Amino acid sequence: MKRLLILGAGTAGTMMANHLRPKLARDQWNISIVDQEKVHYYQPGYLFLPFDIYQPKHIKKPIEKFIPTGVNLIQEKIDKILPEENKVLLANNNVLDFDLLIIATGTKIAPQEIQGMDGPGWRNNIFDFYTFDGAKALRDKLRKWQGGRLVVHICEMPIKCPVAPLEFAFLAEDFFRQKGIRDRVEITFVTPLSGAFTKPKATEILSHLLVEKKIEIVSDFAIERIDNTSNTMIDYGGKEVQFDLLVTVPTNMGDEMIARSGMGDDLNFVPTDRGTLQTETQENIFAIGDATNLPASKAGSVAHFESEILTENILRFINKQPLKAEYDGHANCFVETGNGKAILIDFNYSHEPVEGTFPFPGVGPLRLLKESRMNHYGKMAFRWIYWNMLLRGRHLPFVTPTMSLAGKHFDDMQEHEN
Amino acid sequence: MKKGIAGASLDVNEEGYLTDFAQWNREIGTELAKEEGIELTDDHWQVLTFLQESFNHSEPLSIRGIGKRGPVSIKQFYELFPEGPLKKASKIAGIPKPSSCI
Repeated sequence: MKRLLILGAGTAGTMMANHLRPKLARDQWNISIVDQEKVHYYQPGYLFLPFDIYQPKHIKKPIEKFIPTGVNLIQEKIDKILPEENKVLLANNNVLDFDLLIIATGTKIAPQEIQGMDGPGWRNNIFDFYTFDGAKALRDKLRKWQGGRLVVHICEMPIKCPVAPLEFAFLAEDFFRQKGIRDRVEITFVTPLSGAFTKPKATEILSHLLVEKKIEIVSDFAIERIDNTSNTMIDYGGKEVQFDLLVTVPTNMGDEMIARSGMGDDLNFVPTDRGTLQTETQENIFAIGDATNLPASKAGSVAHFESEILTENILRFINKQPLKAEYDGHANCFVETGNGKAILIDFNYSHEPVEGTFPFPGVGPLRLLKESRMNHYGKMAFRWIYWNMLLRGRHLPFVTPTMSLAGKHFDDMQEHEN
Repeated sequence: MKKGIAGASLDVNEEGYLTDFAQWNREIGTELAKEEGIELTDDHWQVLTFLQESFNHSEPLSIRGIGKRGPVSIKQFYELFPEGPLKKASKIAGIPKPSSCI
């Protein structure tokens, strides 16, 4: 009996379990998945929880509900991987042997990386919304906050879902307007990037929206520390930004287990081949989703597209066929812009988000890089798709894992080398 | 796109980054630095050399990585190349804009 081991039962790991179990003969392959958590969170919902748009029950379900029968769920903390011995050590001293390993341990926030961030202000006037607890604490704060200077902030790249902080700023603007206190709130968006987003074409459109919504932007801000007495962020160049309420995206790092295993880069992300998803550590170890160092967005859509390609590569590896270097960095994100509208962007390693229609060329119904209500409904419908189709490894009709160029307007196309 | 500097014609992209590192030399680096308003000192050169070596070994560059393994601290890096040091220093060093911002 051969053993396939998946570390992490989040979006990527759960999808892999669901993809692979029907494809690997049960009398030949044992599949186990390890995760210490009991709850599977619908992470895109963290954006809506602070504004009371979603309730906790919408975004929490038991982890085991999504693990297919025939896959062994081990709920224990992982100590480390011993790659050369093809073993994984658990915190309870159990040892798991593997023939094939898939690392899907994701990314976490690390507020302790910035001096003064997780001090007295943490979850008092400094919040994150990248964790369930953080988003819920922020909801409680926003329910009673009467206005002042709100700063929405990104510490350093890469982060999970790079558009989420902008969406947060847009939704906050909408929220305060609905509440009738918009005139008492000053909103500032502070980023280490040179503009609103990482991709020039989308940045142009998003910057325009920031102006329209009277959200000030401070760019090229590389935070060094936070002064908790004056509630000020100070950057390495000496620039200062004062806040009454700071909603920050702390440094994102891979799991500490990756560091303990000696397999990570500076941020504990696993060096991985950007086309095949095989790790640089060892040929029988693959990585997927936020855990990799791929120059793609850390996002559920990326994990979803990767999972279809990784499934094929795992089967090829087992059959001793050459791997397909097929993953192209495809990401597809709905960007909430407030007022019940959203923008949809579709891009990959080399192609910027462009205008056009999705998924049907020339038809839509979704519009790329343009604000529309239909896009917003798409984002809202996605929660159902996530729980019922995506996690269960069902192929989404008409959506391809590599990016389709049809129906997209590439007249301003810019090729980018990564 | 072509750009004339220090008596040479260089291939650059729309943001002014050299597209062929083989065209770079110290004289060109000095001129590129002047365009950014920077007079290069030995400390600057140490950083530039570090960036070029990392690039040649295909090691991804990040501000965090400079602070960890580079010749200067992050604070000094900002003093040497104010405002967006990694972007500026990479341009002067003749290497592509780092893709650490996804």
